[in-house]
Amino acid sequence: MASIELRNIVKVFSDKRRGLLTLDNINLDIEANDFVCLLGPSGCGKSTLLNIIAGFEQATSGRTLVDGKQVERPGSDRGVVFQQPTLMPWLTAIDNIAFHLKLKGVAKAERQLRAMEFIDLVGLRGFEHHHPSEMSGGMNQRVGIARALLMNPSVILMDEPFAALDAQTKLEMQEELVAIWQKRRCTIVFVTHSVDEALVLGNKIVVMTRRPGRIREAVNFDLPRPRDITGPEFNDAKRHILALIREESTRLAQAS
Amino acid sequence: MTSVTDVSPARGAFRLTRAFQGLERLIVPALLIAGWEAFARSGMLPPALLPAPSAVLHALGDWVFGFDETTQTYSGHWLRDALASALRVFGGFALASLFGILAGVAIGWSRLFEKTLEPTLQMLRPIPPVSWIPLAIIWFGIADKPAIFLVFLGAFFPVLMNSIHGVKTVDHNLVRAGAMMGANGRQMLTDIVLPAALPSIFAGLRIAVGSAWMLTVTAEMVAVKSGLGYVLWDSYYFLRYDIVLAAMISIGLLGYLSDLGLKAIMAHALRWQQTTTVQGRAG
Repeated sequence: MASIELRNIVKVFSDKRRGLLTLDNINLDIEANDFVCLLGPSGCGKSTLLNIIAGFEQATSGRTLVDGKQVERPGSDRGVVFQQPTLMPWLTAIDNIAFHLKLKGVAKAERQLRAMEFIDLVGLRGFEHHHPSEMSGGMNQRVGIARALLMNPSVILMDEPFAALDAQTKLEMQEELVAIWQKRRCTIVFVTHSVDEALVLGNKIVVMTRRPGRIREAVNFDLPRPRDITGPEFNDAKRHILALIREESTRLAQAS
Repeated sequence: MTSVTDVSPARGAFRLTRAFQGLERLIVPALLIAGWEAFARSGMLPPALLPAPSAVLHALGDWVFGFDETTQTYSGHWLRDALASALRVFGGFALASLFGILAGVAIGWSRLFEKTLEPTLQMLRPIPPVSWIPLAIIWFGIADKPAIFLVFLGAFFPVLMNSIHGVKTVDHNLVRAGAMMGANGRQMLTDIVLPAALPSIFAGLRIAVGSAWMLTVTAEMVAVKSGLGYVLWDSYYFLRYDIVLAAMISIGLLGYLSDLGLKAIMAHALRWQQTTTVQGRAG
């Protein structure tokens, strides 16, 4: 059974700033344990699509199913990692990670015990009692990932989570994310505008067009990991995806 | 090695500058007080109209400790008077904080309360609290109650406005994050919106405590027969400007101390609001 099914998703915004038609008839099947990268230029609606799966926004028409169930509102079965860490600034790292357990009424001692496991997983031991304002952007983003993982969601939705990080931290985080995904086996939908990032992370790369957002092509990319980002297979795939994007911009240039 | 010897004299100079900076702040007040004292002693104005700082200090000392009864019936009664005012401030401020935060959060969070409650409150807001004095006296008589009522009116609106603002400007991504982690409506309010609005609410409380002192003193001048404001106004009738000034100093001091206390509570409640990062501190 497909883990996520998007059927004829259309999203129309009524405010002028974002234009009218943002998503135009999106159809996509994401299988369980897929690592899908949504790749597209800014403003193509990829974040909107993610927000629809998360339940933050409603599609104007179409159906969104996660594990066969219609998505109506946000829920802890879908962990979201935001572009900015979006942690509760008044909570320490460990309390941020355990926040879901607190909402469920789990006792403090058990919360801390279970959150410590995720502190270790994202390599933040020693920083568990720091507040977000006392940590770097990369560390906060790790807390954001740990917080999503602790809920043990069947789907993790990530909206350009590494965009604000420096190149070196970004590489480390990408490697860690792949390691976590291999270890825990969950479905990840990862929004990015970087071709390289999509190729490093995904085993399915969904290339989207400029507004109105449509799916140009969904490329399966099963290069074994760790991936050699200078190898011929990587470069072939990159060439193919860049060609899709270039074709898109020429089409736009001719149209205008 | 040379760098160490280079640094130490510079450090000494730095320490001197810092000591001087501490003194620097005192220069203007010291000059003002000295000038005032000299002017008062010169006899250009009768001493009854402009008491010298030394006379004010004397009056304040007697009012507090009652050593020679220069302040007559007030001698040694400062604590009682200050306590009377402080209790009114505290009573009105506590009520205003409670209702201001409750109403502010309700209006900021719920469209229903915003539509039903806010227009009325916003119409009442421009009416100066002092203009309620006649009604306050008719309703509550001459005692603590009209003063507490006025303090409440003066402190309520700053708390209300800042609470509304705090709740309305909560980062909507935090609310999304809360929903993603499974927060229900009540948890969203108590565990996310309220803590996120706390800095703004505290800003309102600090404005409110200032208004509270202002209105206590005003109420005591008109509608109450005790407290620092009453002593101030009563001394004015008896031409005791030394006591008037001593009362003004007392009010200033207590107002300053209440703000300091509130700031300490705020610093504790908002201790997560630090701007330094680990990297910033290490580097």
